[in-house]
Amino acid sequence: MEWYWVTEYAPKFVEGLWITIQLLVLSIGFGMALATPIGLVQVTGPKPLALLAKGFCSVIRGTPLLIQLWLIYYGLGSVFPSIPLIRESMLWPILRDAFPYAVFAFSLSVAGYSGEVMRGAFASVNKGELEAGRAFGMSGFTLLRRIWFPRAIQNVLPTLAGEFILTLKSTPLAATITVFDVYGVGSMVRQETYRIYEPLLLVAGIYICLSGLIIAFFRWIEHRSARRRLVGVEH
Amino acid sequence: MPDKSNTTPTVQVSELHKSFGNLEVLKGVSLEAYEGDIVSIIGASGSGKSTMLRCINVLENPTSGTIQVNGESLEFKRSKDGDMVPASKRQIERIRSQLGMVFQGFNLWEHMTVLQNVIEAPVHVQKINKAEAIEAGESLLKKVGLWEKRNQYPVVLSGGQQQRVAIARALAMNPSALLFDEPTSALDPELVGEVLKVIRDLAEEGRTMILVTHEMNFARNVSSHVIFLDKGVIEEEGPPVKVFSQSESERCRQFLSELS
Repeated sequence: MEWYWVTEYAPKFVEGLWITIQLLVLSIGFGMALATPIGLVQVTGPKPLALLAKGFCSVIRGTPLLIQLWLIYYGLGSVFPSIPLIRESMLWPILRDAFPYAVFAFSLSVAGYSGEVMRGAFASVNKGELEAGRAFGMSGFTLLRRIWFPRAIQNVLPTLAGEFILTLKSTPLAATITVFDVYGVGSMVRQETYRIYEPLLLVAGIYICLSGLIIAFFRWIEHRSARRRLVGVEH
Repeated sequence: MPDKSNTTPTVQVSELHKSFGNLEVLKGVSLEAYEGDIVSIIGASGSGKSTMLRCINVLENPTSGTIQVNGESLEFKRSKDGDMVPASKRQIERIRSQLGMVFQGFNLWEHMTVLQNVIEAPVHVQKINKAEAIEAGESLLKKVGLWEKRNQYPVVLSGGQQQRVAIARALAMNPSALLFDEPTSALDPELVGEVLKVIRDLAEEGRTMILVTHEMNFARNVSSHVIFLDKGVIEEEGPPVKVFSQSESERCRQFLSELS
C-alpha cells in the first residue's frame, strides 16, 4: 500500500466530494419535487395522468440508469447545440457542461423510484384523517399540505432513506460523462499514479461515510418524531 | 315548543336519495334541525343512518334531494356516475366549516398534538389568528377535561380521550351544528360514559346537534326529536316519548325491544 499521493490529490478529492454532494442533493431535491405529484396522481387520478405517471415509473425502473444517463447526455447534448435559440441563450454555458445532464438524469431516476414509494405512501394514509380534513372545510391543497403529505412522508422515511443511498451509490456513473465527482477524481489518481487499489479504497471509504450521514440524518428525524409522539412536546 | 314557523332551520334535508350502484340506501328521507334542536337518528346497522348524516356535509354524494344549511341551499351538479357532486368547491368548503363533525373512529390527525389538532381548522381554514386560536383551543380542551394533554400526540390517549379531543376540534370551528356519527361505537364500554357526558353538556348549552347513535337511553334522554330509519326509509319519528314508548310502527317497536 502506498498513500504518498493523498496529500497531493487531497484538494481534488475535496472538489470531487463537493460535486458528488451537489449531484446528490440536487437530484434528490428535483427528484422528490417530481415524485410527489407522480405518486399523488396515481392515487387520486385523473386516470390518463395516473397511467402516464405509472408508465414513467415503469420505464425509469425498467431500464439501466447508465443508459438513461447516456441517452440524455449524448441525445439532448447533441440536439441542444443545433438549436440556435439555445446555443445563443444565457443558459448555454450551463448546458455545455456535463453536470446538468447528470442532475437531470438522476432526478428522473429518483422521480421514478421514489414516485412509486410516494404512491404507496399516499395510499397508506388513513382515509378517516383525510375525511376529517374535508369535513372541516379544507380545500384540496390545504388538505395535501397540512395532512396528506406530512402523514404520507412520515410512513416512508426509512424507505426513502434507502432510495437516497442507492442514488448516492449511482452517482459515480456521472464520471462516464466527464463529471469529476469523487469517483472521477479516484480514477484520475489511478491513471496518473498507476496505483489501483488505494484510490478505490479511499473512494469506497468516502461513500461509506456519506451513506452513514444519510442514515444518521433519517434516524434523527424518525427518532425525533417518534419521541415527540410518545412523550409529547415540551413548552 | 317554540313556534318555528318563521325561523330558518339550521340544517334542512329533504327527499334525500342515495344509491350505491344498484343498492338504494336512502329512499327519500328528510330532516329539519332548528337552532338548539338535538336530532337523533337511530336504526339497525345498514339502515342508512350514517349515510344520511354523511350526506349533510356531502362526505357522501347524494343521488337526489336538497340540503340547506342556515338557509343556504347547496348547489350540485350531476357527475358521470349519476350522483350529485358539489357545484362549487368554495361553497361546500364554507358550508362544511359551519358544521362540526365527530366520527366513529375519532380521525384525529396523528402527526399533530392535541392542541394542534384543535387549532388546525380555525387557523388554516377560517384563517383565525393563531394566538387567538390557541387561547380558544385551550379553553375548549379545559371544557372536555383534557387541557393537561394538550401537548401530547393522539396515539398515547385512550379512545375516550381521543373522542373528547375530536369533539373539542369540532367545537373550535364554532359551528352552527354538530354532526355526530356514532361517536361511542368504537369505544370500550367503560369509556362510553365520559364521551356521553361531554355531549350531554353540549346539549345543555343548547348546541344544535344531529346524532347517529346506538345509545338508546342517551337518545331518549337528550334528544328533542328522534328519527327511526329502517331500510332507507323514515319508519317513525317524533319526540323521544313517542318513538320510544308510543310508536305505532311495528318495526320500530321490534327494533327497540330487541335492544333491551
